[in-house]
Amino acid sequence: MAEKIDILGAAGAIAKGLGVTFKEMMSPTVTENYPDEPPKFEERFRGSHILQRDENGMEKCVACFLCAAACPADCIYIEAAENTETTRISGGERYAKVYNIDYNRCIFCGYCVEACPTDAITHGHGFELASYNTSTLIKRKEDMLAPVPPGAHAPVIAAEEAAAH
Amino acid sequence: MSDSSVPGNILAEAEEEPQQPGGTRRMVLNMGPQHPSTHGVLRLLIELDGEIVAKCEPDIGFLHTGIEKECEVKTYQQAVTLTDRVDYLAPLSNNLCYCLAVEKLLQLEIPPQAQWMRVMLTELTRLNSHLVWLGTHAIDIGAMSVFLYCFREREEILKIFEMFSGQRMMTSYFRIGGLALEPPRGWQKRVTSFIDIFPSRIDEYENLLTNNQIWIGRTRGVGFIPLEDMLDLGVTGPMLRAAGLAMDARKDAPYTSYEKFDFEVPTRTENDVYARYQVRIEEMRQSTRIIRQALEGMPAGPWKADAPHVVLPDREKMKTQMEALIYHFKIVTEGFRVPEGEVYQVIESPRGELGYYVVSDGTTRPYRVHMRTPSFGNLQAVPKMVEGILIADVIASIGSVDFVLGDSDR
Repeated sequence: MAEKIDILGAAGAIAKGLGVTFKEMMSPTVTENYPDEPPKFEERFRGSHILQRDENGMEKCVACFLCAAACPADCIYIEAAENTETTRISGGERYAKVYNIDYNRCIFCGYCVEACPTDAITHGHGFELASYNTSTLIKRKEDMLAPVPPGAHAPVIAAEEAAAH
Repeated sequence: MSDSSVPGNILAEAEEEPQQPGGTRRMVLNMGPQHPSTHGVLRLLIELDGEIVAKCEPDIGFLHTGIEKECEVKTYQQAVTLTDRVDYLAPLSNNLCYCLAVEKLLQLEIPPQAQWMRVMLTELTRLNSHLVWLGTHAIDIGAMSVFLYCFREREEILKIFEMFSGQRMMTSYFRIGGLALEPPRGWQKRVTSFIDIFPSRIDEYENLLTNNQIWIGRTRGVGFIPLEDMLDLGVTGPMLRAAGLAMDARKDAPYTSYEKFDFEVPTRTENDVYARYQVRIEEMRQSTRIIRQALEGMPAGPWKADAPHVVLPDREKMKTQMEALIYHFKIVTEGFRVPEGEVYQVIESPRGELGYYVVSDGTTRPYRVHMRTPSFGNLQAVPKMVEGILIADVIASIGSVDFVLGDSDR
């Protein structure tokens, strides 16, 4: 044999390596049991979007289109409409009649959240978006709106009530 | 005869070749694009003479995403999100290089806290990238457990990135003019607890590998390539440093106040897979040193530049002051104009010399963004490195290059 292997040294190195293995055997596991236990997120985690409401249940979005302009993936589609006497959806002059986010395209970069001047769009912690059908990945406004805070009326219902009276 | 620069002709050439008198013929082996050791979609056409590699041609381009072209239709700030996706194992290095290039064109002054934060996070990126490399390189050669331990620490780093930016990998945390968000509450504690434990973890990897006879047998003396050839082919980074040339952009052309940090550029002279392993392990230790210095000496102050026409205003100001709101609308809708000119910015990414060449025609979108990516340069060394060695050593050799195909094809 051309080169002689230092048998003692080799055995020592293997013992050292196995020492690491035994040490790790005793230490607690770091694995997260994801589907059985909820995963842990940092506060800033950028998950699926939530459209916020103010304390009166009005939508915060005033249809200024800044999020759509900031989006590098062009995944936000908005149609604006004016608030009237009978239909008041948002706190501002206009509201988003249609607000779609195409999650086929969204890259979760957070530029829309940065751009929004009224804090209407935020990133939630939702992440289980996988689907067998891509058409279900286009989320509409109703899918993303935050729930109406307790004690407040949802604006659409308020408008319908006004029409009924 | 055929043009040997086109991959695939190696096949035709081998078939044309007359049979040897002994009845032997050279065999062409398609390694990849789905071979586990290529860590991506690299195809190697290997002509074999028995077990010896006679010829090797890498075929790249399977992961071409057109990012360079795509940058031209995005505003300067939007293009930051694309740079994340070039080298997806070191997104913050790419963010940094692009931002530095555009900031040079804009002649922006970045406040010290942002600069030091950038140093700290790019060094964490280096650790992240080297950990992925070490884990996958070891698993290619047959050491399974190293992979598990490396990814355990990598997970910690990714959680730190998530804490800062909100995303584990595609962070987009560095923006033109500073940082995207204020550093989160309690980041010092998180980074300190990681840095305190990490050196002992490097010792663990070394205990598993450094003196292990199998590891030494598989790596020592394998993958040699002369230094002159490396320089001719444009190889940079740890590969070059393992050949004895202490070339490091952090020392040679300091950026983001790297000149204020005390660290060494590790070198080896053996120029084999084992030396590259040693260089990267030592680099991890040096990175830990830099992160500790950044932690202890982090200057206070603003985290983005004072440039209202480029940087988005503070959210509080935007909601209360009309002028800030107008700037906010202007920057978001049309971006900012960058003075005409061209710039080339080099940084030291975990894989080597990363350069961004940005040309501006005075509009709000870049005229051209070219990336000089280290993976592309380093991959050129593969044929020279593997020709004449055993097929089993090809795995170890290409592992030691540490390429990311997204980086090379972009």
